[in-house]
Parts: sequence; structure tokens; C-alpha cells
Amino acid sequence: MTENPFPLSRDDLLKAYRIMRTIREFEERLHIDFAKGDIPGFVHLYAGEEASAAGIMMHLKDNDRIASTHRGHGHCIAKGVDVHEMMAEIYGRSTGACRGKGGSMHIADLSKGMMGANGILGAGAPLVCGAALAAKVRGDGGVGISFVGDGASNQGTFLESLNLAAVWNLPAIFVVENNGYAESTARDWAVAVDSYIDRASGFGLPGVTVDGTDFFAVYEAAGEIIRRAREGGGPALLECNMVRFYGHFEGDAQTYRAKGEVEAIRASRDCIKIFAERVIEAGVIPRAELEAIDRQVLDLIEDAVRAARGAPLPAPAELLTDVYVAY
Amino acid sequence: MARKISMKQAINEALDLEMTRDPTVIVMGEDIVGGTGSPGEDDAWGGVLGVTKGLHAKHGDRLMDTPLSESAYIGAAIGAATCGLRPVAELMFIDFMGVCFDQIFNQAAKFRYMFGGKAETPVVIRAMVGAGFRAAAQHSQMLTPIFTHIPGVKVVCPSNAYDAKGLLIQSIRDNDPVIFCEHKNLYGLECDVPAESYAIPFGEANVLRDGDDVTIVSYGLTVHRAMEAAEALAKEKVEAEVIDLRTLSPIDWDTVIDSVERTGRLVVVDEAHPRCSIASDVAAFVGQNAFGALKAGVQMVTAPHVPVPFSPVLEDLYIPNAAAIADAARRTLAPTGTSPRSIAA
Repeated sequence: MTENPFPLSRDDLLKAYRIMRTIREFEERLHIDFAKGDIPGFVHLYAGEEASAAGIMMHLKDNDRIASTHRGHGHCIAKGVDVHEMMAEIYGRSTGACRGKGGSMHIADLSKGMMGANGILGAGAPLVCGAALAAKVRGDGGVGISFVGDGASNQGTFLESLNLAAVWNLPAIFVVENNGYAESTARDWAVAVDSYIDRASGFGLPGVTVDGTDFFAVYEAAGEIIRRAREGGGPALLECNMVRFYGHFEGDAQTYRAKGEVEAIRASRDCIKIFAERVIEAGVIPRAELEAIDRQVLDLIEDAVRAARGAPLPAPAELLTDVYVAY
Repeated sequence: MARKISMKQAINEALDLEMTRDPTVIVMGEDIVGGTGSPGEDDAWGGVLGVTKGLHAKHGDRLMDTPLSESAYIGAAIGAATCGLRPVAELMFIDFMGVCFDQIFNQAAKFRYMFGGKAETPVVIRAMVGAGFRAAAQHSQMLTPIFTHIPGVKVVCPSNAYDAKGLLIQSIRDNDPVIFCEHKNLYGLECDVPAESYAIPFGEANVLRDGDDVTIVSYGLTVHRAMEAAEALAKEKVEAEVIDLRTLSPIDWDTVIDSVERTGRLVVVDEAHPRCSIASDVAAFVGQNAFGALKAGVQMVTAPHVPVPFSPVLEDLYIPNAAAIADAARRTLAPTGTSPRSIAA
């Protein structure tokens, strides 16, 4: 056996690969099924960004909390939310993670530390300050991680949260997943600073920028930031520069993108391909073993879709449960 | 043992008792300790009007001053509530909801339903409401209807110290987000309050005065104006039943309907603006569910549909007063067809 040059064990490398591949296949399948009209509502796909979710979440436990975004499927899968429950939720079924009441933009599983995808951009950042505060009060070493895109990084809630986390010295981490587009608007136009490190330092936080298509770069930077937060070192900002394989939402014609852009990034900046080549070239994991995972993941997604389609719809009485109804 | 204490003291006592009973209760807000990081006294203010004064000395870091940053700390209170704490966040003036409303109505209010019943958000947001403090348009509003409109949040507005203590203790123990509205002009009002802990259930109105001729429904400060009106009407041999709703969501429809079915006449008094208000809500509910019992059109006495003015002479005109409430009651007693319009053109 070749010596493992990576900062993860062989088992953890396989786990990370499985997470990324599961996210990819989940999203690719949604892309196809949404186009067929099988899925109600809005769907925002995370394909292309998997290394960020996996590289960060590999460091987390169930008592660590994350708050996600509208583009939340990848965070959910990486944080351990059940894929069958996620798919059923997206299909609006009673077996869904939120029993069909949340949908794609609101998948949550607090038992796994997943505080929810969120339809309001930037809204997760204050919530994560609260999760980090709860961890600090309890003294359980937990951290809170807020994900925002480059778009939501301009929200006041996000900027206020940077300050609050710094003032209260919270174990909170703010991850900016910079995929270059706020919906259709270019990041470079809409964010006035060149680097998020400058923005972080403006609030008294350390900031780190990494290539978000490089799982190992994300993993190492996140590991250092999370370790520091657990030890009482306070909040930090991590910018992951990454690429989005699909549009803002499914159905987005993406006319704002350059011709050939998506083909080019799929060819040269596919984080899963990059990861696979690294571990195969290093002789740590043979290609056949990764391909076996690919087949298992395809079966899992197929089974999740089949189960979701066959699952019961919410009973009409569900309309009026899980909330105090005053009228 | 009961003693006379003010509503301000009663709220302080409720927080103290719950913080003592339950270590997961934390309290945060702007200046609720006061002076954090400043060179002068610790616990310098205890809130801008001193409601939380003294609690920091007893409970230490579980009382937290915040930056002037309502979106961040109200959101943090909500997030912490989903992670096992029971935060009480002070928004200072309810008018400031404008800068943090998303965290309340899109986040806290929605979690339990949107996550399929798998989340609880036991957070209390305390805020001062109401006019009469010469604080003008952005520090004086009665925004109870806005919160009452939102499914998933509960809305409480006590009219006295006894209710404030029992309802705040209930609010902290409730597993849903509660907007706890404290009328700033009631802070100094004293009444008998037991020293021990007690909780007043939500959705139970308080009948402050029995009467068979007309029902007057209100909450908060205007409950006291309604009682003054009832005393004036009594001199005219008109006996008004006065109902203090105490909680607006949940709301005690049964007590309101039972009373109207007996009296056949209803006046609803609300310090909020008239459109889409607690007053219009109660009037509509009674119209739909007790129409047959009504002997006259329902009368609403509300603040006018204008911002709260500054000049004392105008502000005093703004707040519903006892004379207007008594006049409204008299209109319900006038022969059918002679009721004038109850709101100014």
C-alpha cells in the first residue's frame, strides 16, 4: 500500500468522495426531473460546489450547527440529512424531512445540526450567532457555521453578524461561497472589495480565501478555523472561490454567462474530478473503488426518487398542524 | 404574599425568577445591563428605563448587552432558541422591528411549521409599545396587529403588573416565539402582585367589570380608559362589561362572544390604527359569529390612521380616551338608524 500523503485517512477520503458524489448525483437527477415537470416550486442546484460543503462538514459533529442558503441541498447531504427524506421533501411528500411543509428551500434537520436551508438571503448568519452562543453557554465545544453566497454577503444581516460574533467572541464561522454570481449579477460588480479578507478584517475577524474547487484546500483551511473557534479563539471568515454548474434556479437560461463558460468550468474546474485524480494519482485509492461508490450513489438516488414518488402526500389535516391556529 | 409593586418591578421579578429556575434562560438587548465596556459603573442602566436593573449583579453573564444591531441579536436569540436556550431579547421599542422583522416573521415564526413540527423556538421578544411618552412617531407605536397577523408568533400585551408578571413567566416557558408588548406608560402603575412565581395561561381574557348593557373589549393601556368610561356610563345607569384580552394571539374568543351574546352591544378599543387592527379583527369575528345577538353596529375606538404626533396637544388627541369610549357605548344604545359615523372623516 502506498503511503497516504493526505491529511485524511483513507476511510475519510472515501467518505468525502461519497458525500461529493452524492450531492452531484442528487443535483443532476433533480435537474433532469425538474425539466420534466415532476417537481413543484423553485430548485437551486449546488452542483460544482461540492468541495466546499464536504471540505467543511468533514470537520463537524451533530452538535455543530450550520445555517444554509436557498442553495442548500449540498450542505444538507454533507451534514448528514437523510437523502430519502430530502428527496421526499422536494417532492412535497409526507415522508419528507419537513413532512412536505418546507420544500427545497427549507430542508432542515436539527437533530443533525442542520438549522435549515433558507429562502431569505443572509438570514442564517444571525441564527448561527445564536447557535454559537448556545454552544458557548453550554461549553460543549460546538461551533456554528453560516453559509452565504457572494450575493448575500452584501446583506446587512451578514455584516451585522460578523460584528456581533466578533464582539461576543463566538465560535461562529462565516463561509462565503463565492461562485461569481449573485443570481445573475456578477460578484465583481456587486461586491466593492476585491477580497473578502478585507471585508473580514474590517470587522475584526481573520479571513482566509481558498480555491473552493480544491477539496483539500477547503478542508485544511476550514480545519484550522474550526479548531481555533472550538478553542475559544473566536469567529472567522472563509471564502471559497467556486463555480456553479447550473443557473441561479432551474429554468434559468443563463444568458448572462459567457458562451462556453459552463463547458469550460465543467472540463477544468470540476471539484470531484480534481479530487479523484489527486487520490488516484497518489496511489491511495484505485479508480475502481471510486467507480464502485459512483454506482452505489446512483442506486441510492434512484431509490430515493422512486420512494419519494411512491410516498403519500400530506393529509389535508396537515394544513393546520405544527402551528398555533388562532382563528 | 402580595405587595404593591409597579409593572416595571413585576417584569424584573419575572425575569429574575425564571433565570433562577431555569439556567437556559438568558437575557439580551441594547443597554439591558448598560455600560458594558464603559469606564463608569457596571449595570449602569439596566435597560433604558431600568426594567432589568439589578439582574446583572445576580445572574452575571446570562444578561448580555448587545451592539446596536437588532437584526443580528434578535436573530441570535432566535437561533439560540432553536439550540436549547430560552432567550429573552429586548427590542427596546417595538418600532425598531423595522430593522429586524425578517428574523421575527420569516425565521422564528415559521420554523415549527416549515420544518414539519421538528423545531421549537422558545424565544421571547420584549418591546415597549404605545403612545403618551412624547416620544413621537418612531418610538410610540402600537404595532400589535402586525404581529398578530403572523401565524407562528404569539402576542401578549398586559395592562397591569400582576398580569405582566404571570404572562411573562408563561411567555418564557412557552415553546413558540412570543412578542411581549410592554406599554411604557404602564411601567409605573402599581397593583398587588404575589412575590412567588405564577404563570397566567395564554388565551384567557380577564373580565375586569361585569355588566349587561354593553361589552367593551380592549388590551394594554386603553383597558384603563375603558374602565373610566364604564364608571361614567354607570352614572347613566348603563352597566358596561369590560374585557381585557391580555393576549392577542392566542385570543379568547369565547369570553368575547359570551359577553356580546348577553349584552348585544360591543365597543372595541385599540390604541393601534383602525385598519386591520385588533379592533377590526374583534369586530369582524363578532359580526361573523354573533350577528344575531347584536342589537347595534359594533363600534371601534382606535387611534386615528396617522403617525403618532409629537406635540403633547396632538398626542393627547391621538390616544383613545375615556370620553370617546363612553360616546361609542352610547351610540350602541341609541335607536337603530341614528348612529353617526364613529370615526372622523
